[in-house]
Amino acid sequence: MGIPSRGAPLARRLARKIAEFSGVEVPTGTLDVTLYRDDLRRGPTRPLETTALPEGGIDDRLVVLVDDVLFSGRTIRAALDALRDHGRPRAVQLAVLVDRGHRELPIRADYVGKNVPTARTEDVAVLLEEFDKRDGVVLR
Amino acid sequence: MKHLLSTEGIDPAVATSILDTADNLKRALLGREVRKLPTLRGRTVITMFYENSTRTRVSFEIAGKWMSADVINVSSSGSSVSKGESLRDTALTLAAAGADCVIVRHPASGAAHRLAGWLAEAGTSVINAGDGMHEHPTQALLDAATLRERLGSIEGKRIAIVGDVLHSRVARSNVHLLTALGADVTLVAPPTLLPTGVENWPVTVSHELDAELPSLDAVMLLRVQAERMTGGFFPSAREYSIAYGLNENRLRLMPEHAVVLHPGPMLRGMEIASAVADSPRAAITDQVRNGVHLRMAVLYHLLAHEEESS
Repeated sequence: MGIPSRGAPLARRLARKIAEFSGVEVPTGTLDVTLYRDDLRRGPTRPLETTALPEGGIDDRLVVLVDDVLFSGRTIRAALDALRDHGRPRAVQLAVLVDRGHRELPIRADYVGKNVPTARTEDVAVLLEEFDKRDGVVLR
Repeated sequence: MKHLLSTEGIDPAVATSILDTADNLKRALLGREVRKLPTLRGRTVITMFYENSTRTRVSFEIAGKWMSADVINVSSSGSSVSKGESLRDTALTLAAAGADCVIVRHPASGAAHRLAGWLAEAGTSVINAGDGMHEHPTQALLDAATLRERLGSIEGKRIAIVGDVLHSRVARSNVHLLTALGADVTLVAPPTLLPTGVENWPVTVSHELDAELPSLDAVMLLRVQAERMTGGFFPSAREYSIAYGLNENRLRLMPEHAVVLHPGPMLRGMEIASAVADSPRAAITDQVRNGVHLRMAVLYHLLAHEEESS
């Protein structure tokens, strides 16, 4: 299940690759975590994104959360809370494209595309064709 | 956004983003076992109703509770209002007691605006849930949400608002909102039930319902508000219903896709025939359902962001 915005297309791409390499069709979905964030009162109103559970729901299944960048871990904390309100998965794992460190919560990823050591002041932007017309990771 | 007091002069982008939030909330809650979001945990919302209401009060209460806010209902009977406390003192008391948001319905036009002024210092948000014959913004927003759901969009659609426009805050709020969103709005009513100055509104006016029906995308019926009528506005209820009531024959004059809305409470047999109210063309229960999600969206836009420094 991809976390919008950029986790959603990444989840679909992963499912497509899994189908290509192993022939296993993995259902995908999206999970918007905005309503579960702990920092809503620290910025302007955030627009909501779409939540769409995979067909058959998530009860008793292995759910892999997919996001672009793992940073403080707070988005994933919100995602775990959101998931709990949608059902009871057998297990939950986390896949991220970039892990940039600086965790503020005891959360780690099960699958990491690339570990990128960063300074807190830097910004890691993942560009995807679906949004940005090209693929890439930019460190600023 | 700090308050929601009226739809007059509303930024169409803001209105659209509230409608989008409501859509997303509806989808997020669809088929869920736990219809509870933690978004407004620890926030206190107080409804202050100085006029009777079923739909509005209940849907605000559900909306607040589904977002985990603490919701407290105050009505004029059973509170110190019945001992003669003024609106201002009651509101200041509620703000001092810790309300983050006050939702007010009042028989006097402009009550919500005054309240927002009095509560500015306390930082409390105010939502107008209907003030006299002035505005009822959340009703207009939920009507827009329902129209968008049924018709796909609002821009360019022909919508008639029929009946007691003079006494209707729902009509005023809808005129402002729907025209801001690009709809072509026509008011249909006998001359006695149209407000003075209506020629300055961004609408067309007609006295002939039958002439309008064939070209409409939606018709919105208004309740004939006997409680606000001080004189004879039309000869008899029967005559009103013959000239302006939506019956099955009139429904057939409308295009297949056209939708029937009514803000409720309905007077069956008066402005709407029972068969029309219960037909699949009527979106009246959809309006109530969308009302909960829409009011959740309004609470989200008012309460789930940083404090605006004034």
